Amino acid sequence: MTTLEFAIGAAYLVAAVLFVVGLHLMRAPSTARRGNLISAGGMVVAVLATVVFALLDAGGSVWAWIALLLGLLAGGSFGVVRARTVKMTDIPQLVSLFNAVGGGAAAAVAFADFVLHLTGVTLGLTSLVPIVLDVLIGSVTFSGSLIASGKLQGVIPSRPLSFPGARVINVAAVVVALGAGVLSILSPHNVVLLVVVLIASLVFGVLMVLPIGGADAPVIVSLLNAFTGLAVAMAGFAIDNQAMIIAGALVGAAGTILTLQMAKAMNRSVGSIVLGGFGTGDEKAVAGAPGQDVANIRQVTADDIAIQLAYAQHVMIVPGYGLAAAQAQHEAADLATLLTDHGIDVRYAIHPVAGRMPGHMNVLLAEANVPYAQMLQLDEANAVFDTCDIALVIGANDVCNPDARKPGNPVSGMPILDVDRAKSIVVIKRSMSPGYAGIPNPLFTDAKTGMYFADAKRGLDDIIVAVKEYITA
Amino acid sequence: MIETLFSNLAIFVLSLLVGFEVISKIPTTLHTPMMSGANAIHGVIVAGAVVTASLANSPAGYVLTFIAAALAAANVFGGYVVTDRMLRMFHKPVPVPTKNADRP
Repeated sequence: MTTLEFAIGAAYLVAAVLFVVGLHLMRAPSTARRGNLISAGGMVVAVLATVVFALLDAGGSVWAWIALLLGLLAGGSFGVVRARTVKMTDIPQLVSLFNAVGGGAAAAVAFADFVLHLTGVTLGLTSLVPIVLDVLIGSVTFSGSLIASGKLQGVIPSRPLSFPGARVINVAAVVVALGAGVLSILSPHNVVLLVVVLIASLVFGVLMVLPIGGADAPVIVSLLNAFTGLAVAMAGFAIDNQAMIIAGALVGAAGTILTLQMAKAMNRSVGSIVLGGFGTGDEKAVAGAPGQDVANIRQVTADDIAIQLAYAQHVMIVPGYGLAAAQAQHEAADLATLLTDHGIDVRYAIHPVAGRMPGHMNVLLAEANVPYAQMLQLDEANAVFDTCDIALVIGANDVCNPDARKPGNPVSGMPILDVDRAKSIVVIKRSMSPGYAGIPNPLFTDAKTGMYFADAKRGLDDIIVAVKEYITA
Repeated sequence: MIETLFSNLAIFVLSLLVGFEVISKIPTTLHTPMMSGANAIHGVIVAGAVVTASLANSPAGYVLTFIAAALAAANVFGGYVVTDRMLRMFHKPVPVPTKNADRP
């Protein structure tokens, strides 16, 4: 081991420590930002060490370094501009987009390593196997995440898309990708085989994500995030770079845990999500909610709600997907501030999958300056629903469906917010259309519940105006 | 060669375990920024693009270097910037007293 190699190894160790410490600090809101900056510091150390090593050890042609710089400039400016201008409601698709390019980069690095070794030194099995795995996984994440991002953005219809024979093509793509992969390991120096792996994997990525419903897309984004981690680790194996192996493994673990937790909060298994669109229950979601007893619905006006709120002591706001979709987080926060200033206790009950991905609602509310202490997690909120005078449900549905406590329906066993235990309930919702599970919600026909049919943003605006009249009067 | 593989495999497996341990302690409230932050960490593939550049000696190599660098840079710069933007909002100074008092 040369002194240079020793120094690089030490730098990678420092980077790894910074990554782990950074992730560790992300467990509390007060330290999370510092954690991310520390992780970024680790990134700088790892990349600089690699640059120094590459310059001193291999050198390389001037043109290659120019290509690198141009690429960094192009990709970096695109990333920074998108990151700084994205609306907070659009975070999920941007995360998916950044995940796609990461997977694509991993595939490109492995592919390049293969191509650049076509002449000269023969690659051993310890390089070939990770190269093929990286091209395979990286390409699947690249195309899959792009499709998921498109679904979340609404460019691609978010309903499960499928066509006759899709499954056959899907299986064929896997077989071709794996077969060509094995062959390119057995007969190195054949770039055509690796191109086949690349294309078949891209096709598989597309076909894997197209049949997945929009509501399940965040789970897939998380799963593909884990895949990208693995692809990057494979690239690390291929070019013997420990920083990439460690970082890739950390992300692989993070993505896996998040995927499992998310699936649990949505009462779905990862397997059934991945196989989702293949004719299993997802069609029901668009068919409407059979059996909802619309006769028992009690409609209320903004004025009714304002009176209730003005005379309440404890108010619990239950934000859901509808609030995120209408971008009504600022209105919700304005209403809460108005009530808080009037001496009313207002808090938010946040389901783990409220919003468009886990924890997304917290980001939206934080954007609207809601104090972190007012946001209650599932268990904390359920402990205090009994004492709430009014639960204000804004665009949430399945996450507060009391039927989850009964067996034999799509939400059975799903962890829910016990909204029905509040003394009274107001639901702001655009219509009686069912949630993602496609089943009626008895909460809406509960005698304690008043329904206010409106877009979350407009509805909250009207309520704010009405509340102001009572409070200032 | 095989020694390198085994030491790298050991690093890989131990990092997976550390990852599981660290990540499972993160509350759901922070899952979106955490996912985005982890996303930024796999931007370390930019180091792979640097290695590619050091090996490239043909037009095909330069093109692949450019592609790898552009994709990786979008991942790493965008990932860290957007995560920081989110977490900055979580960390605003808040004049409201914490509600630890009503925890049992």
